[in-house]
Amino acid sequence: MSIDRRGFLKLAGTTATAAVAGTAVTAEARPPKVMPEEAVGLLFDGTLCVGCRACMPACKQANDMPPELTPLKVGPTGETNAVWDAPLDISGHTLNVIRAYRSGEGTKKDQVEDGFAFSKKSCLHCVDPSCVSACPVSAMTKDPRTGIVGYSVEACIGCRYCVAACPFGVPRFTFDTPTPKISKCQLCKHRFADGHYAACAEVCPTGATLFGKVKDLKAEIARRRSLAPGTSTTFPRGRIDGPDSYVGTVGKYVERTYGEKEIGGTQVMHLSGVPFELLDKPELPSVSPASTSESIQHGIYYGLLAPMGFLGVLVAAARRTMLERGVEPPETPPPPKSSSSGGTP
Amino acid sequence: MSAELEHLPPAPVGGKLVTPTTAVLFGLVLAMVGVLAMRFTQGLGAVTNLNNGYPWGLWIAYDVVAGSALAAGGFTTALLVYILNRGEYHPLIRPALVAALLGYVQAGASVMFDLGRWWDFWHLFLPKYAQVNSVLFEVAVCISAYTLIIAIELMPVVLERLGLESPRKKLNRVLFVFVAIGVLLPTMHQSSLGTLLVVFGPQVHPLYQSNWLPLLFLSSTMGMGFAAVTIEGAISAAGLRRPFEKELLGKLLQIGRVLIGVFLLVRFGDLLCRGKLGLAFTPSLPALTFWLENLLLSVPLWLLATKRHRTSARRVFYGAMAMALGGIVYRLSAFLVAYDTGAGWHYFPSVGELTVTVGLIAFEVLAIIIAVRVLPILPAAATAPASAQRPS
Repeated sequence: MSIDRRGFLKLAGTTATAAVAGTAVTAEARPPKVMPEEAVGLLFDGTLCVGCRACMPACKQANDMPPELTPLKVGPTGETNAVWDAPLDISGHTLNVIRAYRSGEGTKKDQVEDGFAFSKKSCLHCVDPSCVSACPVSAMTKDPRTGIVGYSVEACIGCRYCVAACPFGVPRFTFDTPTPKISKCQLCKHRFADGHYAACAEVCPTGATLFGKVKDLKAEIARRRSLAPGTSTTFPRGRIDGPDSYVGTVGKYVERTYGEKEIGGTQVMHLSGVPFELLDKPELPSVSPASTSESIQHGIYYGLLAPMGFLGVLVAAARRTMLERGVEPPETPPPPKSSSSGGTP
Repeated sequence: MSAELEHLPPAPVGGKLVTPTTAVLFGLVLAMVGVLAMRFTQGLGAVTNLNNGYPWGLWIAYDVVAGSALAAGGFTTALLVYILNRGEYHPLIRPALVAALLGYVQAGASVMFDLGRWWDFWHLFLPKYAQVNSVLFEVAVCISAYTLIIAIELMPVVLERLGLESPRKKLNRVLFVFVAIGVLLPTMHQSSLGTLLVVFGPQVHPLYQSNWLPLLFLSSTMGMGFAAVTIEGAISAAGLRRPFEKELLGKLLQIGRVLIGVFLLVRFGDLLCRGKLGLAFTPSLPALTFWLENLLLSVPLWLLATKRHRTSARRVFYGAMAMALGGIVYRLSAFLVAYDTGAGWHYFPSVGELTVTVGLIAFEVLAIIIAVRVLPILPAAATAPASAQRPS
């Protein structure tokens, strides 16, 4: 007996269950998440950064992380005997780096031709983070009040789905130890209780890295953009609602604020004098991949209705086949008539 | 011959357990143990080429994603025999379930090697930690549950061997429930293995990133499952000098062809709708693998086009090989080639990673050889082994 038309249809129907669930995606779409009212974050203004990198050791000290020794070629013959704590990228042991763009003679600050510019790389604290959606064991969490994307080593199983999922390449894994963990900036939330805040902002001498509530930081961005480039203004230093400030020169910004729309917005925002493509900031859509992924999952598994319904059909069919029609389970059927024993019962 | 064979009861194949083949397999397993000793004492970086740009490598892409898809024969054959009442495929159910069990144990073992904080893996099963929005949570819980279900589905074999008639009869009365769950769970996690990629967003090349990934993975998995059952049939025919059930397997591949047809239709249809098909003609590595896997998957469509083709041992074997290989290439490309986290990151599996993957496969083959020689898995061959047909 070959598989007949009906069998095909049934099989096709089984496969189609997934297809139906797939189309339910739009119906059960998970709405994008919104910024918490009291969300905190950072504003990094590249035009204010002087590239002193003071934020890097401050971050290491505040987060109790070891130096990353990078051998650098020095001297006329380029010998590599000098070793510096000079991480070139964030890693399992580095949460924050300042990086530079340079072109041609590299003498004019914040200019594309023959210029240079600084950028900061650290967690952007997404409004709708991919890492939080990916984590199977709630080790990555988004604080409902501050919006800080936190990590709990106590919950983590080390699957690295967060590392793979983050489009900014932020969570980093320590591959060099048998007891690894994920490293990422948590805005120094462990220092809040002592009246401290993000160490990078706390030590920044020019206010290039500024800590504060996202709504205040957004107002500050609007204020800076409203001023004429080259004019003088007062820049807050440390935290936006703090006492410290100084008078400086307004930079000439590119139109875009990085972090405003990227995958649904982030709590760390960047202003720059050169286009963000030059600063190794990835070009990303405004829809969060987390909402797409969860819409598909919720579409298929909403209230477990579809799987339960499917299971009901399967149980009924299996019962009919195995108990009523007597199709053998995976066990020995009765001995065949043609067996060599010869005798008939 | 196959008509006769269908009615023969499963029986241990017998024969020597220590042979040159099993000795080599054992050596490969030992090499894996050596690499794993280093991995567990010095960390993943000591033996793998994994990095923060490619945090998932061969162990996930091949051993878990492709390996469990090749083990899908267990649920697709159960679906045919017990849900769709196609009793003719009954002789295939035991070998398919054994292969499925080993494939899923391989996937589970791989996950344990790969998990950085493996000693905390049980967090997955605690409500306190469960994160139900995570695709990986669904995959992990579902795969674990299904591995248990396969073991239960195979319990009658063990009970039979132990001569425990009463528990075997009791189990058989309720087995239909486990069989049903054993079809549901792989449908869920095999599609979710594709959904895993969705949260990667634009990091996955548009030729691969799609909201249809669940259906693409499910349909190709089912095809791969049928192909794997066919290949296992061919290998056991050659290796154990048993008849190759090419006609029955040819029919199985016919169903596989339909599923691969669905896969190709959805894949190309989706790309057309999204207006991304042009990228397949723009030179890039993902475009190359895109054509490679789709061509491989298309091979059985013409190689096994007619009923006569499907009774040729050679065509059945090569058709199944192309189907399985196409599915493997699709999975490896989706997770490792189409996945790109930006300039500066590279990944190619290390010797250590390859040693573990090969060692796990060797372990699996070794276990199958021992299982069929000792346990009643394969239908008894009534005819003399000398007259056995070879697949090629």
